[in-house]
Amino acid sequence: MSFDIRLRKTLGKLVFDQRVDSAPGLTAIIGTSGIGKTSLLNMVAGLMRPDEGSIRVGGRLLFDSAARIDVPPAQRRCGYIFQDARLFPHMNVRSNLLYGHKRAQDGRHLMTLEEATGFLGIDHLLDRKPATLSGGEAQRVAIGRALLSGPDFLLMDEPLSSLDTMRRQGIIDVILRIRDDLGLPILYVTHDEREVDQLATTRIELDQPTPL
Amino acid sequence: MPLLTPDELETLALSLKVSGAAIAITTPIAFCLAWLLARVRFPGKMFVDALVHLPLVVPPVVTGYLLLLAFGRNGPIGAWLEHWFGITVIFRWTGAAIAAAVMALPLMVRAMRLSIEAVDPRLEDAARTLGASPLRAFFTITVPLSFSGILAGAVVGFAKSLGEFGATITFVSNIPGETRTLSIAIYSALQIPGAEQSVMRLTLLSIAVSLGALVLSEILARRVIGGRTHVL
Repeated sequence: MSFDIRLRKTLGKLVFDQRVDSAPGLTAIIGTSGIGKTSLLNMVAGLMRPDEGSIRVGGRLLFDSAARIDVPPAQRRCGYIFQDARLFPHMNVRSNLLYGHKRAQDGRHLMTLEEATGFLGIDHLLDRKPATLSGGEAQRVAIGRALLSGPDFLLMDEPLSSLDTMRRQGIIDVILRIRDDLGLPILYVTHDEREVDQLATTRIELDQPTPL
Repeated sequence: MPLLTPDELETLALSLKVSGAAIAITTPIAFCLAWLLARVRFPGKMFVDALVHLPLVVPPVVTGYLLLLAFGRNGPIGAWLEHWFGITVIFRWTGAAIAAAVMALPLMVRAMRLSIEAVDPRLEDAARTLGASPLRAFFTITVPLSFSGILAGAVVGFAKSLGEFGATITFVSNIPGETRTLSIAIYSALQIPGAEQSVMRLTLLSIAVSLGALVLSEILARRVIGGRTHVL
């Protein structure tokens, strides 16, 4: 089991009951906007706290309200790829890539900087500032930054939504290689069925939230 | 004629000392307050916000008088300082620095708060998923991204300290070499018939110092952040 999540969270006047059970590979979470897809990822990353439930990834317990376990985000070893790349604007691409790499404990490194830039085709961007990158380039750097932090699993929040069709395919190929060659479990949020068809090994539809 | 008379030199040195001390005390305090007001929700936030801004809205004379009450021999803070440390700030340059610091605080907090609010807190979230502790995320993301605002706050505060008059003269009076800063020296010279030349020289001096501080901060900002950065 790669993702084993049961949680309940009240946001505003809605109660979200979410359940994810998935085999290794890429688990696509699909649903309309407002169904709590991004909140789910934030809770898995530790950026938002569920009211109750448990989160287990690859057998490792990250959160359990009953056992009072809540691993801080820095120790969850999750690579989070946001919809809006979210690169650090005051650092160049190299510093962005190395931000998590320097902090990752020895032996947790999946790849070196050279391997990552080669893999993602971004060697020529290292000295650029994020503001000068195209959407596709920025998203590649964001993926590289997450991979270099030595994660146990990846969270992807609609990583293709800001890209045009041409650049989309390039990122899809990268994600497929992460899934198959690196074997990292991926929790992938989208509202686009075509992405699910191309990428997912497990498909999960979230339930609608219920009024409080 | 020398560039500056000994009296003018003394006034300049005193002004720089008072303003420098005021900014050194206030910058970290203002940054903490700015961060608190920009990022944290807590009970009594409106009250803290209002208290910080009070010196901006009440007449400076009133602020000076309140400082006199608080830091006077019999005032709560003054008595405490005297009892435990044997320090008096009344009629001293340290008192002038306190007056300048209090008057500069709201302007500094405003500048810094805006720059902290302009930093996307989700960047800190991203840093934390990359293994950074909250403190580390703060110092590697929020502080550098709001640096030009911190600097702008310090410059505005320095300029305000240099120009501070009402609260200072009410609180620590007008003592040459101790509390007679540039602004107060200009005022004093204006009271003396025939000292127009001295007034003009002091006026030009204060313009030069303020501009100098501004230019210095622009250079510093460019060196630290690089590229096309503006402090103000």
